[in-house]
Amino acid sequence: MKLTTTLLTSTALTVAAGVAAHAQDMANDMTLVSWGGAYQASQQKAYAEPYMENNPEVSIVWDESSNEAVAKLRAMNEAGNITWDLVDVVASDAMRLCDEGLAMEIDHDEALAAAPDGTKASDDFGDLIVSDCFIPQIVYSTTFGYRTDMVPEGAEAPNDICDVWDTETYPGKRSLEKRPINNMEWALLCDGVAKDKVYDVLATDEGQQRALDKLDEIKDDVIWWSAGADTPQLLADGEVFMGSTYNGRLFSAIVEQDQPIAMMWDAQVFDLDGWIVPAGLPKDRLARVMDFLNFATDTQRLADQAKYISYGPARESSAPLVGKHADLGIDMAPHMPTDPNNAKNTFLYNYEFWADYRDDIDAKFQAWLAQ
Amino acid sequence: MSNLTVDIPRPPLNSFTLPLMAVFAGCFGFVVGNVFAQPLIGFLIGAAIGAGVALLAHSLPRSRRNVRLGLIVVFGLIGLILVGPGALVAGLLIGAILSWAAYWLGSGAYRSSVPTYYTARQTLWHNSFLFICGLVFFFLIAPLIPVIWLSFNAENFFTFTPEMLNFQAEGYSLKHYRDFLGTEEWMVPLKNSLIIAPFATFISVSLGTLAAIGLSQSHVPGRQAIMAILISPMIVPLIISATGMFFFYAPLGNWLEATLGLNQSFVGYVKVILAHAVLGVPFVIITVTATLVGFDKSLTRAAANMGANPVTTFFRVQMPLILPGVISGGLFAFITSFDEVVVVLFVGSAQQQTLPWQMFTGLREQISPTILAAATILVTVSICLLTTVELLRRRSERLRGMSPG
Repeated sequence: MKLTTTLLTSTALTVAAGVAAHAQDMANDMTLVSWGGAYQASQQKAYAEPYMENNPEVSIVWDESSNEAVAKLRAMNEAGNITWDLVDVVASDAMRLCDEGLAMEIDHDEALAAAPDGTKASDDFGDLIVSDCFIPQIVYSTTFGYRTDMVPEGAEAPNDICDVWDTETYPGKRSLEKRPINNMEWALLCDGVAKDKVYDVLATDEGQQRALDKLDEIKDDVIWWSAGADTPQLLADGEVFMGSTYNGRLFSAIVEQDQPIAMMWDAQVFDLDGWIVPAGLPKDRLARVMDFLNFATDTQRLADQAKYISYGPARESSAPLVGKHADLGIDMAPHMPTDPNNAKNTFLYNYEFWADYRDDIDAKFQAWLAQ
Repeated sequence: MSNLTVDIPRPPLNSFTLPLMAVFAGCFGFVVGNVFAQPLIGFLIGAAIGAGVALLAHSLPRSRRNVRLGLIVVFGLIGLILVGPGALVAGLLIGAILSWAAYWLGSGAYRSSVPTYYTARQTLWHNSFLFICGLVFFFLIAPLIPVIWLSFNAENFFTFTPEMLNFQAEGYSLKHYRDFLGTEEWMVPLKNSLIIAPFATFISVSLGTLAAIGLSQSHVPGRQAIMAILISPMIVPLIISATGMFFFYAPLGNWLEATLGLNQSFVGYVKVILAHAVLGVPFVIITVTATLVGFDKSLTRAAANMGANPVTTFFRVQMPLILPGVISGGLFAFITSFDEVVVVLFVGSAQQQTLPWQMFTGLREQISPTILAAATILVTVSICLLTTVELLRRRSERLRGMSPG
């Protein structure tokens, strides 16, 4: 009996030797920071649960603090007490954190898995690696949803971004995000500026004023939101006719909650969301995070996430693997912002522009709001 | 006492009951009319109905019960037919209130609880006072009702669906309670809250009671200043304390982890518990100081005279007498820690997520009615707790013969 045990143990040890030697210097607790809600649940199911199945010794705690990740990381850094291991942020926050030295620079090819066909990670992610610290996960879009039962009789369903301004045909409140990004671009588009000229115009004082003047036309009809959950709630209440929010939130309200809402998709603005690793992690925790990161951003895992939420995977090699919704069994591809039917008229968030002009335009926008 | 009763004369119908009822019912009509976007017409119809009810009550003073029942049913039916099952409840309520008011005013019962020599103005004030008291309770409790109601929503939004308003079974579900009780997302924070709050309460009660006793001795130098410092966490804006605590506890935690080799999560709990204990101390000090005012100092001297040392005196003589103050201070400290979100957001890390933290982020990120289910459970539990404590207190007072009741 004893012999068998010893034999078994030693066999197991030999098999596990490669892994064990590796695993010994890894911490077993990990704190992941994300956005909560359906998005975090999709990460939990697609990344964390399979990882913990492979590594039962690991326990993962989630912190729903991505909204204030920049401020909190600054404070943690200042206090010398970094309690987070991996942080989910939007691309612009990742760039700020990278510039401030709060996020670690990553060698994407070394840290991340190659695609199944051998394409290097940096090629597979391509342009989406907008910063050296940023590991992209998904492409999401900010777009409009509207109440189908509130479309006036005889009118066509709204299908143009400028219908947001058309309060005569489509009476009712609109909900817009309480920040200039996206709103200023949409305003200029509807004021007759060509799509490729929007940022040139917005770079001038007159252009900014022009956008604000356009927004002024509907200011009385706007409810301003600051959390992604606001617009779905307002739409479900019938308090607004149409509102902008992240496409995954609208998907959840339409398909999973069965609300009388439809997507508009026109002039949707693409943005990226992904991981950063905080700078200055102790060695054992860093080793664990890098191991998890390698697993959680491989081709299959990114495609798996799309089973739970309608955000497009950031790897090119993941796109063909996107399948059906995990519970409802519907095809997810037509709900992706990147689907050709939805992406007829799109807009890419311009990181360089907003990095340069954000503070300035923010101040003007807030002053305009307070008028 | 003799059986002397004074017959209260019925007030005049035309100059008193009728106009008052018309205005009163007109207010209801105004609210109902608002639903149909016709507040003024609603007011007029309401006034007419009010006058009618007053007339009816005036002409049938004897058969009060039957008239009231009939009116309630009629109003309920009107609501049911005009709007739907949801308005049935509203109709029943309005019928009950209006018919009660008609008899209360019409029979002169509004004067039954004031002495007969009261002037009209004094009676008016007496009844308005009661009315204001009722309003205070209403405004305290009313906001809880939609919260409890919505927690049984079958949808994932904070929305009263038409099914809910019509009291149809498919509009209601217990799924948010299942979410609360069945997922780690809520059970872990609940567990954390139940770890942190009792420890923090224990520390603040022990230290706060000792501090209050010490500060009640007249020979302690700088009593006022010490008191002011100890109470300051209650006065300083919480966000300021929280920022300060964050920078104070971070190096402390690092030191505990580095030199004593303690587990990171354990150190996290210690930090949050200490921070919450500091917030709870002022409540204990204030309540205990208040009970100490009524404490007879000669009892401790008598105990000393009989040979008891200060510790024995404290536990055998002083503690039992100030116990009510200690307990209510402890309750406050517990609730402070259990409800606290700002400090724990700063000082704690994700492993110490408490229930208010989870509610706060949940409300911001996903607006899910699970929060309402959590709130309903918490409200119910705290009502039960407070009732139990109060019943126990009364029982022990009765046993000790301290209370006449």
